[in-house]
Amino acid sequence: MRVAELELDLEAFEGPLDLLLTLVLKEEIDLAEIDVAGIVLAFIEEMLGRDRSENGAAECELGESDLEACGEFLVLVSALLELKARLLFDDEAAELAELEPEEAAEELARRLAAYRRTKEAAAWLASRLEQERDRFFRLGPAPLRPPVSRPVAPHDPAALVAALRVLATPPQAVSLAHMALRYPPLEQFVQRFRSLLAGRGRFDFENELGELSRVEQAVAFLALLELGRLGEVAIKQAAPFAPIRVERRDTERSPAWTSARSA
Amino acid sequence: MDERPLRLITSSPLDALARIVEALLVVASAPLPLEDLAAAADDDVERVEAALRLVGERHSEGRSGIVLEHVAGGYAFRASREAAGACSRLFERPVQRSLSQAALETLAIVAYLGPCTRPEITRIRGVAAEATVANLLERGLIAEAGRDDAPGGAIRYRVTPLFERVFGLASLAELPRLDDFDNDVETIRERLHVVAAQRGA
Repeated sequence: MRVAELELDLEAFEGPLDLLLTLVLKEEIDLAEIDVAGIVLAFIEEMLGRDRSENGAAECELGESDLEACGEFLVLVSALLELKARLLFDDEAAELAELEPEEAAEELARRLAAYRRTKEAAAWLASRLEQERDRFFRLGPAPLRPPVSRPVAPHDPAALVAALRVLATPPQAVSLAHMALRYPPLEQFVQRFRSLLAGRGRFDFENELGELSRVEQAVAFLALLELGRLGEVAIKQAAPFAPIRVERRDTERSPAWTSARSA
Repeated sequence: MDERPLRLITSSPLDALARIVEALLVVASAPLPLEDLAAAADDDVERVEAALRLVGERHSEGRSGIVLEHVAGGYAFRASREAAGACSRLFERPVQRSLSQAALETLAIVAYLGPCTRPEITRIRGVAAEATVANLLERGLIAEAGRDDAPGGAIRYRVTPLFERVFGLASLAELPRLDDFDNDVETIRERLHVVAAQRGA
């Protein structure tokens, strides 16, 4: 019998023992999850099963090859157990191994003292329990609290109807009267500037503002920009806040015309 | 015929409140904190406290079969000790009373160091605490209290009000100081250091 081929059916692993060992060494299986006793049981069952089929009885003497298998198995399992124990007490083992004898003694003394105190405290609890053995009291489930009621104040049904009526009536159309235009449309200024330029060829923007309100001035400026965008006027200003001079662009020198001629 | 109550008690302005407190304590199945009593009686905490003193005087050992006790952070009625024999013939002693040495040690650790985790208990006692912790949980003497802060932290445990009640403690502050148990720790330490010196040499 080859120990490595021992088939296992454990909670955390199913397959041959050598695969389990490989996975454990590669740290792909957490050894803490593996039930080592299960492996031992599987081995014993395997041995018993083989003996039954060979000798027809469970009780028998082990053959030489079986002894070898047992030895191999023992070595493997004990290594596995040691590994598992190390994994389980990893940090603690490392902590203690690094300590000098003096420190180890101190650590041990500290732990023993902690345990001793625990034992004393437990003894105190035990004596307390003994003193209290004549105390009988009622033990029950947590008392129920009454459900929190949220009473509704009395209300007039008519008020509810009135409220519903308000909701059911379509709302009045919203008046936009207050948003009426208080300034002439852009187009009016565009026309005015065009006629000015047709006569004079140029003008100073400021001179044309005259008695216009702030809003009207803004619209006039927008009209000017619009004319500029259309390429009808050239807008010039020598310096910031200097007068804005507006000139008619010669239609013959429009970009469309120049490009046509150069082509 | 005279309509006076059968029991002659000194009348006190707190009598009515004391009767209400008595009634609340009779209905309750667990100790009632002072604040809960005051809220239920719809009265001041100070007045309820005074009423409790009155109830305590009337329900004390030797005067009544029902005794008022301050336990587990609240007030509760229990049977008087002289009735313990009769009680034990009719009622089974609560299961919490029979605790193994391992259970007592684990309880001591949780009571003093709690909330603490099972690995911490194991570290102090040096043996696996799984079964004991499960047992104490089942008896309701300890309860879960969140998890350790570390990632994947272990469950922490604390003792319950039932623990205080079973051990007759008004609060955990009534436990004796842990340092008071320390008697011959120094002897252990000295002995260990002698061994360490021999090893080191």
